[in-house]
Amino acid sequence: MTVTALLFASYADVLQRESIEIALPNGATVRDVVAHVRAMPGGDILPPSPLVAVNQEYARPDAVLASGDEIAIIPPVAGG
Amino acid sequence: MRTAIVDDVIDVESLLAEVERDSNGATVLFMGTVRDQNNGRPVTGIEYACYGPMAARELSSICTETAERFATLDIVVEHRVGHLAVGEASVAIAVAHARRGSAYEASRYIIEQIKRRLPIWKREEYTDGTREWVDPTAVAVVGPES
Repeated sequence: MTVTALLFASYADVLQRESIEIALPNGATVRDVVAHVRAMPGGDILPPSPLVAVNQEYARPDAVLASGDEIAIIPPVAGG
Repeated sequence: MRTAIVDDVIDVESLLAEVERDSNGATVLFMGTVRDQNNGRPVTGIEYACYGPMAARELSSICTETAERFATLDIVVEHRVGHLAVGEASVAIAVAHARRGSAYEASRYIIEQIKRRLPIWKREEYTDGTREWVDPTAVAVVGPES
């Protein structure tokens, strides 16, 4: 299956892209997406367990993904 | 109740008008504004970026929770994104309630939840021309000599 990881702010700057298509085996979790991105050049800017949202809702690292899911890897938020 | 992520100047007067109701005895307006320094570094402006669809959805959830928790529907919140100059408002929260205690508490609840949950980021611009994404989880290092 294929999912899309979204990157923002400092993460997007360091990894030099705002989205990544990732092919994963069925049953893959949020943790697998984070591991994939962390293994990319510059990926060590991500902490081991960053905030993540799946399809615009905050999700736990062990959340199981479905094909087409949008996984946002969220840097420390700074609204207000 | 209304929430919005906007990319233009926030019209505070219209927010206040929206929460007006004869049964309300208190109206609280909170504005977050861009200040001219952070951790001792002079700031000239801030660029706010967001994950648009989720930010809109999360801000709406925060206000729905607030309405239930504090028993008022008279809540309007706007968060601005894009480039802001020093002194401009990045966020405005208008809450009206029958009682002042609940109005203050609801306003405080909303801004604290925004700080915790809203997928928005800011890049500060400094007088020396550099700019940096702000990480609120980083420990500020401001010694007596800085």
